[in-house]
Amino acid sequence: MSAHTLLAESGCHINAHCGFPAPGLNSFDFKPIFSIGGIDFTKPMLLAVICMLLVVGFFWAAFAKPKLVPGKLQLVGEIGYNFIARSIAREVIGKKGDKYVPFLTSIFFFVWIMNIMSIIPLAQFPATSRFAFPVALALLVWITYMFLTFKTHGFKGGVKNLVWLEGLPKPITPLIVLLEFIQNVITRPFTLAVRLWANMFAGHMLIVMFSVAAWYLLTPSIMAAIAGGSFVLAAGMTAFEVLIQFLQAYIFTLLASIYISGALEEGH
Amino acid sequence: MLTFLASETAQNPLVPDTTELVVGLLCFFIVFGVLGKKLLPNIQKTLEERRDAIEGGLERAEKAQAEATRTLEEYKAQLAEARHEAARITEQAREQGAVIIAEMREEGQRQRDAIIAAGHAQIEADRRQVTVTLRQEVGRIATDLAGRVVGESLEDAARQSRVIDRFLDDLEAKADETQGAAT
Repeated sequence: MSAHTLLAESGCHINAHCGFPAPGLNSFDFKPIFSIGGIDFTKPMLLAVICMLLVVGFFWAAFAKPKLVPGKLQLVGEIGYNFIARSIAREVIGKKGDKYVPFLTSIFFFVWIMNIMSIIPLAQFPATSRFAFPVALALLVWITYMFLTFKTHGFKGGVKNLVWLEGLPKPITPLIVLLEFIQNVITRPFTLAVRLWANMFAGHMLIVMFSVAAWYLLTPSIMAAIAGGSFVLAAGMTAFEVLIQFLQAYIFTLLASIYISGALEEGH
Repeated sequence: MLTFLASETAQNPLVPDTTELVVGLLCFFIVFGVLGKKLLPNIQKTLEERRDAIEGGLERAEKAQAEATRTLEEYKAQLAEARHEAARITEQAREQGAVIIAEMREEGQRQRDAIIAAGHAQIEADRRQVTVTLRQEVGRIATDLAGRVVGESLEDAARQSRVIDRFLDDLEAKADETQGAAT
């Protein structure tokens, strides 16, 4: 339990002179549920495992015994699968993208469900707002990107693909090579992870902020009106988060496919 | 500054927690493993089968359509051929009829000619016979008459015949004379 919830539950309101329990980084730190040999198992990890089970469970139920005439669940699964296979893999990578559909589908649904946990009662925390989870996925995308780059173009061609731009004036070539290297090898995976993390972090922070404020301001005074406004904002942010959760999962998957496409294409 | 950061490591949200990283990777590998190895190939196969079924159905329908069209064409061709055949037979019959009529006509003509010729021959023969009979009759009558006139029976055949011949010769000579005078 984080500090602010403890304070909120203890009934700290605006007139109690206990100070506003502003949510901060402490909102993202959890006490371990249990520890094995000094390794703490926390709520975000539990959520990640639950999300894994949800994704696998859903697709198992939908696709384990696929029928030519699909049932409702299979139809929903097919819509999801086709969304990745057609709108992302085919659209961005082309025919060669068919091989990467399982990878992209896994990324999309795993990330999306982890994001959705932000607004699921009792969970109410997006696992992706813990930096390690976006990093893990971005790392896999980066490894795939590098592997495909060197596999497709060989060592020399791969390096060229990563740093070289055709038709540059000689004097600025070293600078561009440096910038391209930084962009493709360092910034890309970093921003990929940070983009997802920061969005989910900020979204969760906003919801917590308005929720805590609503509780804190809820006193038999004029402040109750502001508490109501804060509650409405919390509800509005929750609805908005639904969109953001999908969008960030989509962007993450889209960028992954763009990197794969960049690794596969001829020249730069 | 460094010591400050170090002490605040737990609070730095951009330092990924190692356990979380491992848990995240494991969870993703399980998702990727199950989806990539079993479930998505499953559904991919099913989608392809479905497309095959739909396209196969369309193909079968097209085939049936083509079959029907071909049968219709064959039927039409046969019908046209039958009509043609019928027309040919009619034409042939008409030609044969015309030939038969022509032959019949020719035959009729021939028979008529034959009959006419036979008639002519008969008439000629009759005429000859009549001439001979007439000659004899005329001779007999003339002789008879002459016998009565002369009162002498000219019964002697040889004489009779001689007299008749002379008479007829005279007649002929006279006729020749008249003819020669006329020409």
